[in-house]
Amino acid sequence: MYYGEASGLKLGHATRDAFGDALLALGVSHPEIAVVDGDVGNSTRTEPFAKAHPERSFNVGIAESDMVGVAAGLAACGKTAVVSSFACFLLCNAYDQLRMSVAFPGLNVKFVGSHAGISIGADGPSQMGIEDVSLACSLPGVKVIVPCDATSTAKATEAMLLEAGPMYLRTGREKAAIVYPDGCDFEIGKAIQVRAGDDVTIIANGLMVAAAIDAATELARQGISARVLDMHTVKPIDEQAIAAAAQETRAIVVAEEHLAHGGLGAAVAMAAARINPVPMAFVNIGDCFAESGDAYGLLEKYGLTPAAIVDAARTLTQR
Amino acid sequence: MANEAKRLNVDELKNMARVLREHIVRMTTAAGSGHPTSSMSAVEIVTALYFGGLMKYNPQEPHWPGRDRFILSKGHAVPVLYAAMAEAGYFSVDELKTLRQLGSPLEGHPNMRRLPGIEASTGSLGQGLSIGVGHALATRLDKTGSHVYVVMGDGELGEGQVWEAVATAHKYKLSNLTAIVDQNGFQQTGATHDVLDLTPVADKFAAFGWHTQTIEGNQIEPVLSAFDTALKVTDGPTVIVAKTKKGFGILPILEEEHDMNYHGKPLSPALAEKALALLAQN
Repeated sequence: MYYGEASGLKLGHATRDAFGDALLALGVSHPEIAVVDGDVGNSTRTEPFAKAHPERSFNVGIAESDMVGVAAGLAACGKTAVVSSFACFLLCNAYDQLRMSVAFPGLNVKFVGSHAGISIGADGPSQMGIEDVSLACSLPGVKVIVPCDATSTAKATEAMLLEAGPMYLRTGREKAAIVYPDGCDFEIGKAIQVRAGDDVTIIANGLMVAAAIDAATELARQGISARVLDMHTVKPIDEQAIAAAAQETRAIVVAEEHLAHGGLGAAVAMAAARINPVPMAFVNIGDCFAESGDAYGLLEKYGLTPAAIVDAARTLTQR
Repeated sequence: MANEAKRLNVDELKNMARVLREHIVRMTTAAGSGHPTSSMSAVEIVTALYFGGLMKYNPQEPHWPGRDRFILSKGHAVPVLYAAMAEAGYFSVDELKTLRQLGSPLEGHPNMRRLPGIEASTGSLGQGLSIGVGHALATRLDKTGSHVYVVMGDGELGEGQVWEAVATAHKYKLSNLTAIVDQNGFQQTGATHDVLDLTPVADKFAAFGWHTQTIEGNQIEPVLSAFDTALKVTDGPTVIVAKTKKGFGILPILEEEHDMNYHGKPLSPALAEKALALLAQN
């Protein structure tokens, strides 16, 4: 079982794999791209780039703070510096370096956090990035991207690497359903409507986009028309898409594989509150650490399911 | 684009060191805050690099790719850097009096986004050496012939990131990187040997595979000579442990005030007058 299966979506690569493939492909024609690794390149998928371009790949060992600082120095010399680690280690261990050495000077460092969310499963809470989006959004001037499938991750990686400035890309370990089998128009800061609907809007990113599609499929069966927006960019948030959703569907459910605090839900709610406050509900991890287990068992136990989205949407539409 | 660095003889360098100290006193007293004594211990290091014919730079083209890099990891000592940059021609000496004022690019700690010629935004201690490693790797990759100088405080060595960067610099055999430890023996709340004793500093770097030199850091001749030696090294990074005095140049005043640390506070206008008179005698 995987999210999207109930709606007929095929299973594709994990977003971390799509990132690694896109980085490798772009590296050939872009000699300014350099990669700094904290000895997890075979997990975050920067390894193929490092093998193809050893002269501009640097593994500084298990030292995230140094890794980010070295990337800042490379970027200050005109490189497009890519650093990656597990989302929790990158954001939590090297946060001051991301703040002072990268965000404050506005350097062209792309930091990529893999193993995001609780769907990494068996390795347990110490390896799960559940607060990374909140932390990344709290870095002034940093753009934050959470793609949902391999297709959009490849596009997001390309867009990120070709635009100057500090950005965070969040990737996942689990294989993800192919939301965009026919490609997609990806633009940083612009949500993609993946299902049309006019009773309620489900705004999601990452793995929860496929869950939202499954929820929309079920809601349709129950006679409720749900719009699904892939809000892949959390900052800057697409206020136009939120305004249209509020105006045209009158209720919004936000679903994300992240703590309640400071993630996509907070960003959408802040925009909706200002533009057009409509009833909202939130599907997320809440305020807790998870535990070891299988990916979909964990998602169910911690309430990140299509059924939870369906319940939230039904409650809103019955108000 | 080419190197436009000033090159002074030893007597002129000693005079320049005095001028920088006068600037440090004047600008921090005018600002009413800042770290004059932390700045003063590093004066000979900065003077030698900017005016001793060591560093390549061009104030008219601050981003010239062939320039050498100066990274002040102990960002609170930035008055010494602003003073040197003004004397080098990056901006007017008159602008020094805007230190820490609203609208001035001469912020309390270095901000590379606002002041061309500043190579790294620092102020959170322990981050400059990693940034320097990045510069050294990038300029070596691009074959610009640049040398990277990173000045750290001895208190700052308590940050674990410093030692991560020390290991990385050795791994990549960065002979175009020279670290300078401004070992003035004090940090915010007291003497470094009381707060966190990391001596012998040179031995610790040597254990990581670095070339090391330990010198008297408030005398221009040994500072010049140490940099000459560092530039001749071809197989790895060098550290210069510069034994300095916090507030060197106005030590009698700190003695009178019974505060040889005098951390993070400017001289009062009256003490500044005394300090300037003292510096004028040298």
